[in-house]
Amino acid sequence: MQQYEYTNKIYYDHFVLPFTIGLVVLLGYLCVKYYKWIKSFPKEERKKIRKGLFSFKTIRSGWEIFRESLLHHNIFKTNPMLGYMHMTFAFGWFLLIVVGKIESMVYHTSAFNPPYFAIFFRYFHPAKETFPHSEFFAFLMDLILTFLLIGILLAVTKRFCSRIFGMKKTTKQRAYDLLILTVLWLIFPVRFLAESFTSGLNGGGSFLTHNAGNFFSGFLPLESLSYPAWWLYSSLLGLFFLLLPFSRYMHIPTEMVYIFLKNWGVKQGKEYNGFSEIQVNSCSRCGICINTCQLNTSCNINDTQPVYFFRRLRNHEEYAQQAEDCLMCGRCENSCPVGINLNAIRQSKRPDILRVTKDTYAYVPQPEVKPAKVAYFAGCMSHLTPGIIKSMLQIFEKTKADYTFIDEKAGVCCGRPLALSGNWKAAQVVMDKNLQMIDASQADILVTSCPICYKTFKEDYLLNIKVMHHTEYIDMLIREGKLKVNALDLKTVFHNPCELGRGCGVVEAPESVLKQVSQKIPTVYDGKKSLCCGGSLANTVIDATQKTKISSDTVKAYAAYQPDIIVTACPLCKKTLGKTSLEIPVKDIAELVAEA
Amino acid sequence: MINFWGYSISETRSINYDTNDKSMTEYIARVVPSSKLCIGCGGCTAGCTAGNLTNFNIRKIQMLMKRGENKEAKEQLQKCMLCGKCMLVCPRGVETRKMILEMLNYIKTKLKS
Repeated sequence: MQQYEYTNKIYYDHFVLPFTIGLVVLLGYLCVKYYKWIKSFPKEERKKIRKGLFSFKTIRSGWEIFRESLLHHNIFKTNPMLGYMHMTFAFGWFLLIVVGKIESMVYHTSAFNPPYFAIFFRYFHPAKETFPHSEFFAFLMDLILTFLLIGILLAVTKRFCSRIFGMKKTTKQRAYDLLILTVLWLIFPVRFLAESFTSGLNGGGSFLTHNAGNFFSGFLPLESLSYPAWWLYSSLLGLFFLLLPFSRYMHIPTEMVYIFLKNWGVKQGKEYNGFSEIQVNSCSRCGICINTCQLNTSCNINDTQPVYFFRRLRNHEEYAQQAEDCLMCGRCENSCPVGINLNAIRQSKRPDILRVTKDTYAYVPQPEVKPAKVAYFAGCMSHLTPGIIKSMLQIFEKTKADYTFIDEKAGVCCGRPLALSGNWKAAQVVMDKNLQMIDASQADILVTSCPICYKTFKEDYLLNIKVMHHTEYIDMLIREGKLKVNALDLKTVFHNPCELGRGCGVVEAPESVLKQVSQKIPTVYDGKKSLCCGGSLANTVIDATQKTKISSDTVKAYAAYQPDIIVTACPLCKKTLGKTSLEIPVKDIAELVAEA
Repeated sequence: MINFWGYSISETRSINYDTNDKSMTEYIARVVPSSKLCIGCGGCTAGCTAGNLTNFNIRKIQMLMKRGENKEAKEQLQKCMLCGKCMLVCPRGVETRKMILEMLNYIKTKLKS
C-alpha cells in the first residue's frame, strides 16, 4: 500500500525547469548538429558506419570511451596530477549521475522517474523516510561529491600554477570560455551547499553534507537559503547546458561520437568535411599540444598550436597563417589525448594554388629504367647528401642485390612536398610520373632513403609492391644474414625523423640496426618522442633564423647525452642538423652501416 | 605573310621599367624579406630537381619578377615541384620555396590579366 503511494507522488517544483529546459535544448541541438555532420561524409565513409554499427567495434568503442572520456588514461600517461584532475571531473560527475540514478530508482522502485528527479533527489526525498541501503547511498554520494570538489580545487590551482601539473603553459582562454568555466566550477560547490542546507534543515546526508549542514545551521538562516540554493544549482546546470555547444565543453559529447566513428574505421581524408568538424569539436583544449610543440619551446610562437588553430576554425576567424605555420612534425598528434588527426586537418586547410593543366610537368621525360628485383629511389634530398647514396650503393653491391637506381639521373619529386602545401592535384601529376617509373622497374621491393618519399609511397601511391625505408631494408638484410656488420666503437644517439617514426611508425628497425653497429645511448627522445630537426618543408611561415634555433635546440638536447655521433635516417634531418651541430658529427644510419 | 626571303625582323627586346608592373616584386619583398639577400650565385638552380630536366631557373624567375616581366615568370613558375632542395642549398638563407609559393599565390589571387 505504501509502495503505491510513493509511485503516485508528484515530484515537481518550478526550480527544476532551468535544468530540464537546458537539457532538452542541448540534446536537440546535438542531434541536429551530428546528423548534419555525418550527412556530409563521403559515401564510402558513411558505409563504414553502417557496417561497423552492429559489430565488435562498437563494444570496443564503449571500452575506449570509458578509458579515455571518463578515466582519461592518456592524460595520466602525460602527467598523473593532470590525469587525476580530469578524471575527478569526468568520472566523478559520471558516478554522481549514475549512482544518483540508481539511488532514486531504489527509492522510487521504478526506472521511469523524470531525469531531474535523481539530480535533485535530496530535495524531493523526505530525509526521515528510509529505503533499502539509504545510509550507504548517502555515504557514497557524499564520497563522490568530495571527490569532485577536490578536482575543482586542483583545477583552480592549475589555472594559477600550471607547473605542478607538468604544463609549462596552459591554454589561454577567452571571456566566453572563462564564463562557462566559472559556471562549471560553481555547479558542484552549489550542489554541496544546497544539499548541506537541506540536510541542516531536515536531516539526511552523510559525513560531508550532514556535518556541513549542522555547521551552517549554527550561524546561517537555512530556511531562507535552502530553496534559493536549489534554484541556483538548477540554473547553473541549465546555463551550462545552454552554453556548452558554443564552448570547449562541446568536446564532452563530441569526443564520444568521434571514438565510435574512429573505431568504425572512418578516416580523415584530404578534404575538410563533417568528420573534420567532429574532430575539431572533440578538442578539449587541454593544452598538452602547446607543451610538446617546438615552435613554442624554441621560437615562443603561441598562436598556431592545434588548440588555437582549432579554436580559430570553430570561431570562424582568420586562420590562413596558422594553417601554414606548422612543421607537421606530429609531436602534438602523438601526445593528443583524444587522438585527433591534427596534421591531416591542418593540411586540408592549406589552399591549392597551383593551376594544373595536362601540360603541367610535361617536360619530365619518359623513364628509362632497367628492370630489377629491388628498385632504389633515393629522393631529391638524398641527391644533396651523396654520402647516403654512396653508402646505399655500397650495401647493395656488398649483398649482391639485384637492384636498379631509378632516380639516378632523371628523377622527379615524390609529390609529398606539393601535397604538404595543399596542392594535391599537382602532386597527383608528379605521382603518376613516378608510378610509371616504378612500374617500369618491375621490382618487388621499393627502397627509399628519404622518409618524406617513404610516407607518400606508403600512403598515397597505393603500390602493390613492398615499400621499405633503407633502415628497414638494412634491418632485413642483417636478419637474413646477408649483411654482416661489426659494432663500431662509437657512442651514438638516434634522431628518428618525424616522417619515419611518428609519421609511419618505423621505430624498431632503425634502433635494432643502430644497436648492432654502435653503442646506442637510450634517450628520452627515442621512438615516437623524437624531436623535429627544424628543417621541415611544411612550415613556410617561420624564417631561416627560427629554423636554425629549433635545429640548434634539438642538437643541444642530444648533445646532453655526450654521444660521439648523432645518427639519423633522413637526408633533410642530416643536412639541417649538420648545419648547427658544429662539434658532434651527424651521420645517416646507412653511412654507419657501410662503415661497419 | 609567307616569309619569302628567309629574313625577318626580330621582335623588339626592350624592357620598360617604367611601364612594367612591379606590384609582384614589391609584394614578394614585403612577405619574403629574405629574398633580398640573394646574391645570384645560382646554387638553387644547380641543385634544382626541375632544372635538371628542363630550363627551369629560379634565379632567372627572380630576375624576371624584379623587372616586372610577370607573364614570363608565371609561365616558368608552374614547372616547380616545390621539393625544397633550393632552400637547403642557398648559402644566404633565402626562403626560396616560400618565395615561389608566394609568387604562385600572388599570381592566382591578385595579379590582373
